[in-house]
Amino acid sequence: MAKHKTPMLDQLESGPWPSFVSDLKEQAQRRAKNKEGVEFQIPTDVVEDLLGVLELSFEHGRTHWKHGGIVGVFGYGGGVIGRYCDQPEAFSGVAHFHTMRINQPGGKYYKTDYLKQLCDLWDLRGSGITNMHGSTGDIILLGTTTPQLEEVFYELTHNMNQDLGGSGSNLRTPSDCIGSSRCEYACYDTQGLCFDLTQEYQDELHRPAFPYKFKFKFDGCPNCCVASIARADLSFIGTWKDAIKIDQEAVQGYIGGEFKPNAGAHSGRDWGAFDIQKEVIGLCPTECMIMDGKTLKINNKECNRCMHCINVMPRALRIGDQRGLSVFAGAKAPILDGAQMGSLIVPFIEAEPPYTKIKEEVIEPIWDWWMEEGKNRERLGELMKRQGLQRMIEVLGVDPDPRMVQEPRSNPYIFWKEDEVEGGWDRDIEEFRKHHQR
Amino acid sequence: MAFISSGYDPKQPMKDRITDIGPRKFDEFYPPVIAKNKGKWLYHEYLQPGVLVHVAESGDEVYTVRCGGARLMSTGLIREICEIADKHCGGHVRWTTRNNIEFMVDNKSKVKPLLDDLKGRKFKGGSFKFPIGGTGAGVTNIIHTQGWIHCHTPATDASGPVKAVMDELFADFQDHRMPAHVRVSLACCLNMCGAVHCSDIAILGYHRKPPMLDHEYLDKMCEIPLAIASCPTAAIRPSKVEFKGEKVNSVAVKNERCMFCGNCYTMCPSMPLADTEGDGIVIMAGGKVSNRISAPKFSKVVVAFIPNEAPRWPRTTHIIKNMIEVYSKDARKYERLGDWAERIGWERFFEKCELEFTHHLIDDFRDPAYFTWRQTTQFKF
Repeated sequence: MAKHKTPMLDQLESGPWPSFVSDLKEQAQRRAKNKEGVEFQIPTDVVEDLLGVLELSFEHGRTHWKHGGIVGVFGYGGGVIGRYCDQPEAFSGVAHFHTMRINQPGGKYYKTDYLKQLCDLWDLRGSGITNMHGSTGDIILLGTTTPQLEEVFYELTHNMNQDLGGSGSNLRTPSDCIGSSRCEYACYDTQGLCFDLTQEYQDELHRPAFPYKFKFKFDGCPNCCVASIARADLSFIGTWKDAIKIDQEAVQGYIGGEFKPNAGAHSGRDWGAFDIQKEVIGLCPTECMIMDGKTLKINNKECNRCMHCINVMPRALRIGDQRGLSVFAGAKAPILDGAQMGSLIVPFIEAEPPYTKIKEEVIEPIWDWWMEEGKNRERLGELMKRQGLQRMIEVLGVDPDPRMVQEPRSNPYIFWKEDEVEGGWDRDIEEFRKHHQR
Repeated sequence: MAFISSGYDPKQPMKDRITDIGPRKFDEFYPPVIAKNKGKWLYHEYLQPGVLVHVAESGDEVYTVRCGGARLMSTGLIREICEIADKHCGGHVRWTTRNNIEFMVDNKSKVKPLLDDLKGRKFKGGSFKFPIGGTGAGVTNIIHTQGWIHCHTPATDASGPVKAVMDELFADFQDHRMPAHVRVSLACCLNMCGAVHCSDIAILGYHRKPPMLDHEYLDKMCEIPLAIASCPTAAIRPSKVEFKGEKVNSVAVKNERCMFCGNCYTMCPSMPLADTEGDGIVIMAGGKVSNRISAPKFSKVVVAFIPNEAPRWPRTTHIIKNMIEVYSKDARKYERLGDWAERIGWERFFEKCELEFTHHLIDDFRDPAYFTWRQTTQFKF
């Protein structure tokens, strides 16, 4: 017998898509039965109360979680988010219901012994409810009480060799795409770079010293599966500089219908026979491809590496060998001044361990600038908007490059610097008046 | 329940303390076929919706079965995932960026038993635990935020609308009939911890009433200058207010300047915006993050407001389903929803999707608004 009636939530049990309501209900029953005899360290009926308070939100159309609450583990300023219910009498099991962010492994690969250990820990010391995963990438453990925070942290670090992720005004948990571990498009080892920078910048990740949050995301190619260009303060997107490698026989394989275009991604409909002219050459944004008899030719100098032709014919076309990444800066969601897409600041940089150039010539100068001049709660993209891309170029000490802009400015309001103008700005008005009467 | 100590001593927090160790290293968790062939993959193919094969230079193959998952997940369900991974995948499993679960096997003969096992698993309530799909030119899983289950600022729920929408789009989660892939995302408020603003279809929670002012507590709970500074439209100013016969320090809000972003509430808990009638959903469309063919682009607001219709948000699901249907019939192969809308023109998009174009959809926020107005004779009747 459920503790709270949940007639609205019950309606989300039907339908084919996995029902979180069913999952929560079954979890509530498992805790009530407690077949393994776990000595639960937070209320046994925590999931019942979670369902209860969610039902109340469904009735009211409003959340019932209070604003914030400063809790955490000793010496860290992030990784734990305080959460309290605003109806603690009715739902005592979730009166204190803090979140812990656990830094996920690269590519979100797991071994089951690790996951089971995490489940054991979270059943004992928390609600047994998680997010796999939060939007930033962390494993989210949803709901425990203040006394359990240090206990969870101790067990994570001592028994699982596992640390917390970021929250607040610090480096947020970096995240990556599947990369070269299982994708032939990856132009660099996204997991390698992500892990290296995460380890290098542990202090920045755990101890908030920034004006606001800061995100790194790592996409192996311009397909951007982790959406770095839309949401990371620094977005690292794999690319290459030399020629796309062509297997002419495989090209004929696509033309002849032996291979399915786009790896079979369009198999649910009859789109007719594959037409390389229409589907590949005609859609190339730079018009840099032609069929010369039976040979596909690419004018690689004009290619902008959009990935379309490679996506359509993965068996025939492969990324080049001179690989690295481009860096984009300043992406963010709309709060406050509207959404911003990442802007290109480094067209190409090599991405080989120990990644010294990326750290010392890109990340650290940008952080120094932002920490010096960023206002409270000003994201990097907003600082860039306020001070201009020119300032970013100065900070990086690089030459301006037409690749960095969509187009040149259409107004002439150039902020000339004094040392750029012959003779400087100090002039003698009396001298001027000798030739120009008042 | 007796308190069980982990070994942590609150009197000596620094004793044996381990910090700054970071995550577990990725390669500890790689399945053997992944570890062996990393960086040496040749090509991949979708064998059917939800099933991929990747082929390596060595001739090795890895077969991946992708399943949809609710990102809100119990340890009981994770243990079941482990059981499946132990049985079929040598104890390995992974998740995708979009909350899908991937089971990998290194031989084709292992695929069918895995598929059969997954298909048979359902919750007692009747829904699938591990629906197979989410690949190619179809609708994949929705990335989303917390909503009413755990967040303090949402204007809508997350898990509820996601379940409702995915039930409606379920056939296309398991099919490849779309012109290109369709990414649906949900953020329950403008903070967008889910960064939905570059999605083919974005579901966004939004408030429509200015903050209430809890004068009794405001000065005690909040730093008034921070609350004032938080407002992007300078609608908040300091104010002395008469409260129960006493003058208290508080703020005043110029309601007509409020754009309902909720940033003041983030800084000051005494300025709540949440409201049953005021809160609801904005639908945005036509964004993308991929650089394929066209540049990444933001989603555009196509429906200004839909009320929160718990538990199944019928108007929201209907509008999304319809938009996807119209797109799938009208767009060209490889054309993303936003590219299609730009090719036919947004005037035609509203006509075809039978969406009303109201004044709310015309940008009036700062300079960039001007660049969205039509400044050419090239338009369609």
